[in-house]
Amino acid sequence: MKLAYWMYAGPAHIGTLRIASSFKRVHGIMHAPLGDDYFNVMRSMLERERDFTPVTASIVDRHVLARGSQEKVVDNITRKDGEEHPDLIVLTPTCTSSILQEDLENFVERASMTTQSDVLLADVNHYRVNELQAADRTLDQIVQFYLEKAKAKGELPEGKTAKPSVNIIGTTTLGFHNHHDCTELKRLMADLGIEVNEVIPDGASVHNLKRLPQAWFNLVPYREIGGMTARYLEDAFAMATVDIAPMGVVETARCIRRIQQVLNAQGADVNYEDFIDHQTRHVSQAAWFSRSIDCQNLTGKKAVVFGDNTHAAAMTKILAREMGIHVVWAGTYCKYDADWFQEQVSEYCDEVIITDDHTVIGDAIARVEPSAIFGTQMERHVGKRLDIPCGVIAAPIHIQNFPIGYKPFLGYEGTNQVADLVYNSFTLGMEDHLLEIFGGHDTKDVITKGISADSDLAWTADGLAELNKIPGFVRGKVKRNTEKFARDRGFTAINVEVLYAAKESVGA
Amino acid sequence: MTLADTKPQALDFECETGNYHTFCPISCVAWLYQKIEDSFFLVIGTKTCGYFLQNAMGVMIFAEPRYAMAELEEGDISAQLNDYEELKRLCLQIKRDRNPSVIVWIGTCTTEIIKTDLEGLAPRLEAEIDIPIVVARANGLDYAFTQGEDTVLAAMAHRCPDKAPVLEAEKKERNAISTLLNFGKHKDDVATADSEYHDHPPLVLFGSLPDPVVTQLTLELKRHGIKVSGWLPSKRFTELPVLEEGYYVSGVNPFLSRTATTLMRRRKCKLIGAPFPIGPDGTRAWIAKICSVFGVEPQGLEEREAQIWQGLEDYIQLIRGKSVFFMGDNLLEVSLARFLIRCGMTCPEIGIPYMDKRYQAAELQLLEQTCSEMGVPLPRIVEKPDNYNQIQRIKDLNVDLVITGMAHANPLEARGISTKWSVEFTFAQIHGFTNARDILELVTRPLRRNHSLKDLGWDKLVQEAASV
Repeated sequence: MKLAYWMYAGPAHIGTLRIASSFKRVHGIMHAPLGDDYFNVMRSMLERERDFTPVTASIVDRHVLARGSQEKVVDNITRKDGEEHPDLIVLTPTCTSSILQEDLENFVERASMTTQSDVLLADVNHYRVNELQAADRTLDQIVQFYLEKAKAKGELPEGKTAKPSVNIIGTTTLGFHNHHDCTELKRLMADLGIEVNEVIPDGASVHNLKRLPQAWFNLVPYREIGGMTARYLEDAFAMATVDIAPMGVVETARCIRRIQQVLNAQGADVNYEDFIDHQTRHVSQAAWFSRSIDCQNLTGKKAVVFGDNTHAAAMTKILAREMGIHVVWAGTYCKYDADWFQEQVSEYCDEVIITDDHTVIGDAIARVEPSAIFGTQMERHVGKRLDIPCGVIAAPIHIQNFPIGYKPFLGYEGTNQVADLVYNSFTLGMEDHLLEIFGGHDTKDVITKGISADSDLAWTADGLAELNKIPGFVRGKVKRNTEKFARDRGFTAINVEVLYAAKESVGA
Repeated sequence: MTLADTKPQALDFECETGNYHTFCPISCVAWLYQKIEDSFFLVIGTKTCGYFLQNAMGVMIFAEPRYAMAELEEGDISAQLNDYEELKRLCLQIKRDRNPSVIVWIGTCTTEIIKTDLEGLAPRLEAEIDIPIVVARANGLDYAFTQGEDTVLAAMAHRCPDKAPVLEAEKKERNAISTLLNFGKHKDDVATADSEYHDHPPLVLFGSLPDPVVTQLTLELKRHGIKVSGWLPSKRFTELPVLEEGYYVSGVNPFLSRTATTLMRRRKCKLIGAPFPIGPDGTRAWIAKICSVFGVEPQGLEEREAQIWQGLEDYIQLIRGKSVFFMGDNLLEVSLARFLIRCGMTCPEIGIPYMDKRYQAAELQLLEQTCSEMGVPLPRIVEKPDNYNQIQRIKDLNVDLVITGMAHANPLEARGISTKWSVEFTFAQIHGFTNARDILELVTRPLRRNHSLKDLGWDKLVQEAASV
């Protein structure tokens, strides 16, 4: 047993369902007890999704526990097949139901005898892998299933597309700024004269998966999801992989140069140097920001970085290499892929921390007292308590990571967004001096005094005690309304009864 | 079959497939840890449970949490590790770091499946580490959402002292210093207390409500000379109410049937079965019932109810004649439907996870009575609903408002159907006369929002596929 207050990555079935529900016309069936289907809430609320989440729970209750699922799972699969006509149904247990050791594979076989859709059991060990690893594995599993099927039927298209083309692999629902990143990557590919062959899994159709091998190369922007699929495509179809996250000016350029190399190796004749130079010096504001006087004031400021491998590594490089900020330590919660992270960031920071224990990170932040933190929502919270600003750069996702406006982290627009994030996270240049001279400009105390000034009314002890139970952000308003009520009715003292009588009359 | 059963059944009860979305009952820790200030809740479950609390409840990181996960790992599941030793290690750590007055173990589906004997382990560990351990099985195999609170309160009912302190003087002696400090005030309180209350057997109320609502309901009863001796749960575990045999108890929430049964069977208390104090009508009926049990004539109760209704009129105008559909989530559905029907709404369907017809008998009766007085058809009550089928019915009935769990709110809104989250009624202060307006504030919000956007013509935001 482990005492846990917070998790940086979710359980395995969340990863599986992220992949399944990213595809079009794929339905997820969870073999799970009541309440385990909160994935639907996350997708509907965080992504502000307009459509019903294509995930249904086949409920494990006391009867199932006593007698096994019997026909229940098979019935639920065939029912969804009839109701929703999906192309594919993915069955997954959760940590809980996987212990039941029911023969889910058998349910899948039985159901697929009658269904129109394909049916797959997610091949994931729920106690050994987390959300990210499970997502990586499930995507690989679905891609393999459809490519092997097409191969067996002789339906694989021959050869490559006429023009250079790319598959973008790893964009998913409930991913950190994934939709905006994907839009930005498509723009970048268009600028480079590269056709986008397929984007998987988000918005993809499983029937188009057989077209994957037609692309000239696979772009895997995120270290966490897509790598297994790309390796499979490399092994089975000799496809080239570009797995450099184009985040930050330098890494974006490195990614583009790698693409150039891959394309030219296949007979294209492209040269992207002018494009990179033009984007860097004249289009992207990030490179100019690095040279500007604002960024000069950030020189040598201390920062710490924590997140998933992709974002923490890229952010560390941006801060150290492009902005001259001193990264005291950089860390990742992707413990299973720690070597890669170590290798990527060790030359850009003083110390590398690999942990998924948020208290270790909290203590490490408190120990170095950085000027800014770049981390997850958890570090933002730690920062609030320590009064250190924090820019959020990585999952676990939060409603704030689904902004309405366009905020990619990848590509050249991503470099601008990251520069803004960095700049706004630190106390700004001149403000820094002013704070030192004037001791801040917080007017909170003055406002509080204004509320309680010239009150001719007395609050009794019980009234005051009750008032103090009211949440701080409305207490002032309640106090004013109550005093107005008391004055109108000619009360001289306010006790708890008067307080609630006022609430009833005001309706506040 | 008795004769009573062959009478034309007034309310129509159905049971569907149970393919509905609701929260896991472990979510009760989110409000119970705040309510019981000296408690620590330890949820013994998997990553799936932990991620739920963190994400759907979104409260795990606020302030210093007084709840945590005992995350079961592969070694625990395969029984390579000793449950007792593992729990002891964690509870000692909790005792050292937080020093709570009680640790509440929340059993989950996983502890049910691997048959962890939490009830067997707790007394041994409690004796060894010297801290009370209460065990509640708030698992999703047997319970839905708010019933988690029921499992905790039922377990806590066993911990209430069974004898009132014998001598008032003895207690005073122990608190000599605080008595000195509060000398004048204390005397006043005692003096008023005696004169303002009727002489009636002790009454204990059960159900977790925010402190201000506890004060409000206590004061409502005080108006009629009824004294509330205590609440289960109390603000502190060390201040649990005394429950002697023959004490009267009454529940304030419709999902507390196990607690009610425990109080009656195990603690030999007498249950006052009343409609729940939700809405002015329910609150009036609740007070009236308690008064009648104690043979007390309510003072100005009708007038008070009428006065509250008057204050609601502007909101009622917005909903009168409109229809509301409950998909079923938190077991508050019947009480809310009854109140909204009294406000002039119609309700074709009340979905509800679980219906205890005995514990909710008075509420169901009031629902029937309300429908007949308002001249509207009775709702069908659908236990363990099927969300897919419900959505077809919602489309067919063209209802004005759907009270639904979070998973369906945005998709329904995108299809031009107004919704309100059912969980808001779980967390908002809705009990008693004072908060009746807050219920309508929530219910009318989608309608008011739609009214302010009505000229834009943006009511449907999905392209409906050609219906087959």
